[in-house]
Amino acid sequence: MTRSRFPIMVTYAVLAFFYLPILVLVVNSFNASRFGSTWGGWSLGWYERLFRHREIWEALQNTLIVAVAATAAAVVLGTLAAFALHRWQSRLQRAHFTLIYTPLVVPEILMGISLLFFFAALGMPLGLVTITLAHITFCVSYVALVVLGRLQDFDWAVVEAAQDLGAGWWITVRRVLLPLLAPGIVAGALLAFTLSVDDFVITFFVAGPGSTTLPIQIYSMIKHGSPPVINALSTLLLAVTFAAVWLSRRLTEDNR
Amino acid sequence: MNNRLRDRLPEWLVTLPPMGWLAVLFLLPTALIFAISLRPADPFGGIGAGWTLDHIRALATHHYAVIAARTVLFSVLTTAVCLFLALPTGYYIARAPRRWRQTLLLLVVVPFWTSFLIRIFAWKVLLHPDGLFKQALAFLRLVPADAALLYHPPAVLLVMVYTCLPFAILPVYAAAEKFDFQLLEAARDLGAGRFQAFMRVFVPGIRRGVLTAVLVVLIPALGTYVIPDLVGGPTSEMIGNKIAQRVFVDRNLPHAGALAALLTVGVLLPMAAVLVLQARGRRRAPTDEEGL
Repeated sequence: MTRSRFPIMVTYAVLAFFYLPILVLVVNSFNASRFGSTWGGWSLGWYERLFRHREIWEALQNTLIVAVAATAAAVVLGTLAAFALHRWQSRLQRAHFTLIYTPLVVPEILMGISLLFFFAALGMPLGLVTITLAHITFCVSYVALVVLGRLQDFDWAVVEAAQDLGAGWWITVRRVLLPLLAPGIVAGALLAFTLSVDDFVITFFVAGPGSTTLPIQIYSMIKHGSPPVINALSTLLLAVTFAAVWLSRRLTEDNR
Repeated sequence: MNNRLRDRLPEWLVTLPPMGWLAVLFLLPTALIFAISLRPADPFGGIGAGWTLDHIRALATHHYAVIAARTVLFSVLTTAVCLFLALPTGYYIARAPRRWRQTLLLLVVVPFWTSFLIRIFAWKVLLHPDGLFKQALAFLRLVPADAALLYHPPAVLLVMVYTCLPFAILPVYAAAEKFDFQLLEAARDLGAGRFQAFMRVFVPGIRRGVLTAVLVVLIPALGTYVIPDLVGGPTSEMIGNKIAQRVFVDRNLPHAGALAALLTVGVLLPMAAVLVLQARGRRRAPTDEEGL
């Protein structure tokens, strides 16, 4: 039976649609001309400009502080959540799953404004602390689902075996459970870190003066700034992203 | 202590930290949207004392009606285009040889990991009057040479589809992977055309994946704010833009709260509808898996 060529054509058109804009951006970051439509020869000039841009490096520093703190907390909370969702089937866990799942779908702007209201109601000054609290909140769900996916092919007999051999709960967690879950936890952490580094909408709502993160800096550069420097910055960020994706694939595909 | 309760103590201890966190920093703030929309604004950009319906009443203007209609229209169009592209793509990836499948899937997932702002920025450059995409379209005589793409509704729709499409492909693929493709051949043997078999056997067969795709595209799309802000103009503002303006320009938090409350209600309706449809599907096909 002959198969239609329509699906294959759509698939490759979709992939071209995904990657062409990114490709143009990367090529343009090496373009000596200020405007993307004309080619002015190869140049690293925009990268040089980027490295002299002090605000970007300060913003990057803020971004990394938030991302590390938020990832650490989200990994602990998300792993606990995944463990509970996998271990028990009760009405409590059904409510728990709904609460984990909903933040993934709710528009970011609603999460942003609701957290702004929450911090305003508490009288908390906006800054890196409020940004970190907000990032933990949206990262928990992602970590939980990644670790939960990893738990699906987890054999509980191993835990029972450890306990039969006299291991206490702490030894069981530390020597059996955590090593087996490690690839899922690291993949969840990578995802949380990437999402935190990338988040703009929620961050914008709960950021205060002096807590500019990289996406906020990029946003203001897009709004009133110099496009070629953003091309260079984007290319560097894309390189980091591709490395992270590659690493996370390695981690989740191993031992299969 | 009650035995039953003691048995469940470990479950509670493990569940409480994540669930408590989300209850305090997700559920409670969401409820706060409705509470604050009923408060008066104070002149210093804060929240005043007492209660008022002024901000809810202020929503009933022609201006907001246009914005709300446009928000729904853009979101529904985005969802429709994403589904139209995701169905054949998910189908093709699911039928590809195993080795290829992993690569294709990775290629679909990578944009999800790449910076959201950068992907929008890439399109802003392409759509610019001097940009490559605009010039290519003009060269092919698809648009007049002096057409304005950037800052108009088509640009917003294009970029919305661009950012949402991976979210539509993944659940469609996840469901298609478990679909028994022999059913399609059976349909063909029974005299169905290719398209008919696709629409009447394949699409209903991956129903839950399709519903998940609708859910994860439509609902975030309703809250779109950055895309119209960066590639749209005054004729493509959505409710998200109005919320941001009330917060960052006018500093009128209760008014922003009223708009956010409207969006919350508008988001809960389709969400409840999809969940009900999925629950019904589950009863019919209990072995079906969640598609995200």
